[in-house]
Amino acid sequence: MNWEAVVFWAMATMVLLPAFAIVFSRNIVHMAFWLLGTLMGVSGLYLVLGADFLGMTQIFVYIGGINVLLLFGIMLTRSEPVYVRRIAKRPKLWPALLIGSLFAYTLITALVAAGWRSAPGETGETAATLGAFLLSEYILPFEIVSVLLLVVLIGAAYIARRAVREGGE
Amino acid sequence: MGNMLTDIGLVHYLIVSGVLFTLGLVVVMTRRNAIGVLMGLEMLLNAAGINFVAFNRFSAPERLDGQIFVIFIIILAAAEAATALALVLNIFHRINSIHVDEARSMKG
Repeated sequence: MNWEAVVFWAMATMVLLPAFAIVFSRNIVHMAFWLLGTLMGVSGLYLVLGADFLGMTQIFVYIGGINVLLLFGIMLTRSEPVYVRRIAKRPKLWPALLIGSLFAYTLITALVAAGWRSAPGETGETAATLGAFLLSEYILPFEIVSVLLLVVLIGAAYIARRAVREGGE
Repeated sequence: MGNMLTDIGLVHYLIVSGVLFTLGLVVVMTRRNAIGVLMGLEMLLNAAGINFVAFNRFSAPERLDGQIFVIFIIILAAAEAATALALVLNIFHRINSIHVDEARSMKG
């Protein structure tokens, strides 16, 4: 058992166990904390694959940013007491699970049958290469995405503000 | 062909990502809470990210294009989460609920 296999199975468990918990959880706050485990596991998988910069970015942006944002969203939109929300009716789980398992079966059969070329290459430290890529070959998408982030910042502030103003009238 | 448990190849990563994608799909289909749907979307995006990095490592390790794509996925996921939460807050102030099937005032 080499170290890569051990770390891979640990991280795969860390991704999929919380993911199943998210599916079966009925409490939105518990879901947010299970999602934390899944995101950590994905970051670990990036590290096993030799993507050191991405693993760290995943932790910073997803766990430090998006998950905290989701928790704030839950906090700001909770109107009823917790117990009311927990027993509120929700769509049946089993048709979705049936469709999901059929989908997963098809997907995995196809993936295994495809016979991918699987020759792992040596990877070193990636941050410098990624930076050079972003500022040479991928400069146009990089600039577009930075403008997009500015637009999102302004747009999100505008949409959320208007809600507060009209709510106060 | 070596041992499936110890020889970790591309297929292992693809299967993990496929299962994560399916679970995200199930979450998106079964939640009424808009923030729950958003969490399912984050799972879908993460599954796509695992695929990109795995293919990058096993099929074209000399270039890092797959990792660049994941950087863009992460940026877009952050933008999407911020916009969606602003919309959810707005809907909450209008109809005092964030259940996706109760926001139907624009239904024809």
